[in-house]
Amino acid sequence: MLETLLVNYEEAAAIILFGIGLTMLLFHRNLIKKLIGMNIMDTGTFLFLASMGYISDRKAPIITGGVTNVEAYINPVPAGLVLTGIVVSVSVTAVMLSLTIRLYRRYHTLNLDDVYILSKHQTEDR
Amino acid sequence: MKKTFRRWIDGDIDLMENITRTAHEHDMDRDEIKKRKKQVSEIIRQREDSQSIILAEEKGFRIFYNIAAIISCVMLITVLLYCVANLPRFGQENVKATVVTQRYIEKGLEETGAVNIVSGMILDYRAFDTLGESHVLFTALVCVMVLLRKDWKNMNSKFEDYSSIRSDRYFQTEKDVILQTIGIVMVPCIFVFGTYVLLNGQNSPGGGFSGGAILGAAMIIFTAAFGFRKVDRFFTLKLSSYVTFVALSFYSFAKGYVFITGANGLDNHIPKGIPGAILSGGLILPLDIAVGLVVACTMYGFYSLFRRGSIGGG
Repeated sequence: MLETLLVNYEEAAAIILFGIGLTMLLFHRNLIKKLIGMNIMDTGTFLFLASMGYISDRKAPIITGGVTNVEAYINPVPAGLVLTGIVVSVSVTAVMLSLTIRLYRRYHTLNLDDVYILSKHQTEDR
Repeated sequence: MKKTFRRWIDGDIDLMENITRTAHEHDMDRDEIKKRKKQVSEIIRQREDSQSIILAEEKGFRIFYNIAAIISCVMLITVLLYCVANLPRFGQENVKATVVTQRYIEKGLEETGAVNIVSGMILDYRAFDTLGESHVLFTALVCVMVLLRKDWKNMNSKFEDYSSIRSDRYFQTEKDVILQTIGIVMVPCIFVFGTYVLLNGQNSPGGGFSGGAILGAAMIIFTAAFGFRKVDRFFTLKLSSYVTFVALSFYSFAKGYVFITGANGLDNHIPKGIPGAILSGGLILPLDIAVGLVVACTMYGFYSLFRRGSIGGG
């Protein structure tokens, strides 16, 4: 199993990046660090997709010299999927950052535990 | 009035908050923030002292949460690594080229007129996917605007504290020689490069998203070096929304026309051009420009909203 993992090193690295991101998302209490973890997860997914589309000794899918043979180019479909993924990742990051800013204005802390305690406290006050 | 205007242009005062910048005020604000933070931590400490029973329950939950999270993380990563170990070798064609890929590569140039197959794929075969992506960006911009814009509703909640928000002019460097000189040299080059990438999407790597992102980055660099004053003269909220609306509606109508005629077996009378020329690929070039404008507006809008809570001063 280890040998095949070493051969498929790009996919393995992608999975490890995904795992690092997921761990950050689950264990950090700071919202900004959670966001960073989510971005690392996104990066792992993009690396996995890009490496799945790669075929050695073939060119990027831009037609050169009038050759239109499947054997000459790598798979173009994962490239399009990565493009979609990047756009969605940017949008989600922006929306989550702005939500975090509003949360900070209300509670003056980024720690989720403190936010939880403070929110209980403030609902009792009302 | 004229004098006030002159001072506003020079950046000495901010009409929106009617506050003259002084160093003393800055220190006062800092003290206030410190005081508030102390209050918050005191509240938390009181809470912890008085409600230790609830916290004990939460502690039990925390231990359970940590164990469950570790187990699920380890299991998920093990399963995924096991799957990766059973994948075909890296760099090999893992499936026999599917029908879709074969069609894209072999007929792509003939059917779309684009030399760049990826461009032909995302803006011709899968154009509605790209339309959805542009709308995702637009929706994200609208959401950020709703959450962060400095309007009456967002600035008048009694539960939020705005003492940490200061006027944007406070942070703007007055004359940063290094930043401004490099900005003068680099920004035109970046604009030209962005336009090149935008217009050559059908012939070379690039296209709407990358070109638009480069154009947006050029505007952000310019704003960081020279302040919002000069950009605000032409890039207002009105212009931004008009450009986005026109680009998105042009995209949907043009692509809808092509799809309707194509589905009914009609000729759509859009010339394909010579492959490799700049005016080739049928609708791909106009659609690239539309997408690029949306992306550039969105990137600059994100920057402007996060930094000062408005687009174009309004």
